[in-house]
Amino acid sequence: MSNLAVVAVLLVLVAVAYQIGLARSRGVALASGVRMHSLPRYHGLLVVLNAALPAIAVYLLWSLFGGSVIEAMVLASLPPEQIPADELQQRVVLQRIQNLASGFGMLGEAQAYEQAAAAYLQSLTTTGQAVTAALMATVAALGLFWSWRGTTPQTRARNKVERAIEIGLIACSAIAIFTTVGIVLSMLGETIRFFQFINPADFFFGTVWNPRFETVGTSGQEGFGLLPLLSGTLLIMIIAMAVAVPLGLMIAIYLAEYAPYHVRNVAKPAIEVLAGIPTVVYGVFALVTVGPFLAGMGELLGVNIRATSALTAGVVMGMMIIPFISSLSDDIITQVPKAMRDGSLALGGTKAETIVKVVLPAALPGIVGAILLGVSKAIGETMIGHGRRQLSGADGQPVRIGFHHHGVHHQPVDRRPGFRQPAVAGGLRPRTDAVRDDAGAQCHRAGGGAQVPRTIRVINDEPTH
Amino acid sequence: MNQHTELSGHAAIRRQVEASLRRRQVREKLFHWSGIAAVVIALTLVGIFFGTILKTGLPAFWQSTFVMDVHFDPEVVQIGPKPEPMPGESPAAYQQRFNQWQLDLGFVDFGQIIHKSIVKQLPEAAEHPDETLALVTSGELFALRDRVVADPGIIGQTVRLKLLADANVDVWLKGNIDRDLPDTQQQLSPLVRAWADQLQASGVIQNKFSTAIFMNPDSRSSLASAGLAGAFMGSLFMMIIVILLAMPIGVAAAIYLEEFAPKNRLTDLIEVNINNLAAVPSIVFGLLGAVVFIMWFNLPMSSSLVGGLVLTLMTLPTVIIATRAALKAVPPSIREAALGVGASKMQAITHHVLPLARPGILTAMIIGVAQALGETGPLLLIGMSAFVASIPATPFDQSTALPVQIYLWESNELRNFFEGRGSAAIIVLLGMMLALNAVAIWLRKRFETRW
Repeated sequence: MSNLAVVAVLLVLVAVAYQIGLARSRGVALASGVRMHSLPRYHGLLVVLNAALPAIAVYLLWSLFGGSVIEAMVLASLPPEQIPADELQQRVVLQRIQNLASGFGMLGEAQAYEQAAAAYLQSLTTTGQAVTAALMATVAALGLFWSWRGTTPQTRARNKVERAIEIGLIACSAIAIFTTVGIVLSMLGETIRFFQFINPADFFFGTVWNPRFETVGTSGQEGFGLLPLLSGTLLIMIIAMAVAVPLGLMIAIYLAEYAPYHVRNVAKPAIEVLAGIPTVVYGVFALVTVGPFLAGMGELLGVNIRATSALTAGVVMGMMIIPFISSLSDDIITQVPKAMRDGSLALGGTKAETIVKVVLPAALPGIVGAILLGVSKAIGETMIGHGRRQLSGADGQPVRIGFHHHGVHHQPVDRRPGFRQPAVAGGLRPRTDAVRDDAGAQCHRAGGGAQVPRTIRVINDEPTH
Repeated sequence: MNQHTELSGHAAIRRQVEASLRRRQVREKLFHWSGIAAVVIALTLVGIFFGTILKTGLPAFWQSTFVMDVHFDPEVVQIGPKPEPMPGESPAAYQQRFNQWQLDLGFVDFGQIIHKSIVKQLPEAAEHPDETLALVTSGELFALRDRVVADPGIIGQTVRLKLLADANVDVWLKGNIDRDLPDTQQQLSPLVRAWADQLQASGVIQNKFSTAIFMNPDSRSSLASAGLAGAFMGSLFMMIIVILLAMPIGVAAAIYLEEFAPKNRLTDLIEVNINNLAAVPSIVFGLLGAVVFIMWFNLPMSSSLVGGLVLTLMTLPTVIIATRAALKAVPPSIREAALGVGASKMQAITHHVLPLARPGILTAMIIGVAQALGETGPLLLIGMSAFVASIPATPFDQSTALPVQIYLWESNELRNFFEGRGSAAIIVLLGMMLALNAVAIWLRKRFETRW
């Protein structure tokens, strides 16, 4: 009894139930000659609800608990000396029996008791499915019969159907609560486990983030300090704000107060395009364009700026949040009443003075809100820093909380075209990344010479501190 | 005397006022111009952004391609047609015959065929089969094999084919590598580089528009034929799941909260939750998905099903908030009129409010889908950053997504090649998002009603 077949049967049931409800309500209306309380289609829907819902509930119950009930029964049927005490071992035994029953075969000879258990498992599954099917058919038939009997001119079918729909609506909106609960639970469990291994004080006040070299449970636990991540995030955020706040605010002021209608009509959407661009694209932009550009600028000025510095990430992130600040501030500045501007202008203030001394103070709460929204966006962002894989926090290389590439990272890459990664650099062990290669599909090279691995990923094995 | 001082006093004040006026007007000018400068800087950034992506990405759609006659030499390709089950043959015997055929096929040296074809154009390559094969991307060997399997009649014939050049050859010919670098830093041997130049000069290697990027899945062994098809299918499955789940659930939740919800604690809780979820960083939904869907529900890891569910949860707050705005925009007079002629509340909403709010709801949905389409962070946490070399056929298969593919390509070590390829993928992604947003704007303009 596959899921698809069940869905098909249920759909047929729904259609049949609806037609039965329609026909029945029309029949009742004709027979009694009285006006029905509800339209025929509500009677049809009510029959559908009465017949299909219990059947679906039975099926869900079977899908949720059927498997484990059968497993428990099979386990109980085994000879007592063959039941391992350990739960993992029980799993293995059950897996063997299931493989045997499904005909996949198994390692080693099947024991007689395993054969018996497999046969028992098969019979149980068949019986269970048959019982479920029979039960579904029974409750559906009962529901049909009950609502067929209950269709009278006085039946408040519409109210019942609408009530059911409303419950469905409530359930849909409650998903938000479940999501929050899920987030909290999924974090809580892992966090508690983490803090069983790592002293919270070390985590919150540690100054080294270098967890690759610490095996959980061993003595060396100083590699889990949060501070480098925090400081990296803060640094990038401050740079981003330094870029985005003046730019965004001036754009908002210009577009709201100075710009002619057609300039505003073009410039505003053009800048808002920045808000819709996927963050991974910004990451690429940082890595490919902004990083080398800033490094070049630094060279001109005689300052050593790494292409993968916090400056790059901060500038690009600032670019990303410009539209948040400019658009929201723009809306707020336009909402400041015109009378306030007129008053200031009438007293002889210039336009700039009016804006700085009258309009901006009035719009300040909203502007601060817009800036905070930008900050929250910047803090939660993950992908922009992804090009920077330096994981240590102490040598001025900021690391970010959002996301860490799984310990594999590039050497600082020379971006001159044609630069070839040296195979072995001091203390670095090269390793070809063959783990996830597309073996099988299309890579067996027939007749060609062995290919020198040109793609080399480097795993830094030496602690940076 | 008295009058004189008074006059000079006036003049002094006048001078003072005029000086301060000049100052103030300069400041006004400065302020005005700094506003213009800010807008110009922002627009320049937008321009640079799209300019660099187009500049690096567009050329990557054209790839160095061999256009040459390939002779399927019967001496080399000694393989019969794919065996069919014969009448009276047991399945086991057929399977054995089929396996033998597959094994034979695997031993056919298609490299030799390519080598011979190139030697015809470049006689001095005859002694260097390995270097010759470095010119062509290895995936073409399998393309030739598939050609033979599809049509065994091709054996013994000469066909004019387009074969993609190796990624390093492409980089060399396009000048994406510094040609003056010493040999030790070059990816190709001097011989191969010289041949590539020679073949390009003689027109055998041409820069042709390549469909590989659209038709192929990702590849690590044959970089030149790595494509987006797998990631595209993954993204497509996820978007379908997002539309199928987020649309009904989001609209239902919005209807309840906007139209039915009484003011009570449950409603407040739901509203606070939705607003909070809208502000939760997307990566957190990835953690949620990893724990709930993969660890608790045992759904297949890296599958677009889990990805779609995670993105659904992520986009739901956006959809709900935007749908509520659309419902709110329908004036209460519509509801009151419907209620006034005897409709129930549910009827007023389903028959009158929803049809009027439909464009707004569609816009909300499109915004949500566009957001989900560009999202990368949560997908990395549910294993969708894995390298997948096949096109997923169902939502349960391992797959990756367009933005993740961009991320993977941009972190590939053959930067000179994959910077362009990644930017090409970005162009495809941005094109899809622009199309979605254009539809949203069109819907808004088309059905916009001023009440």
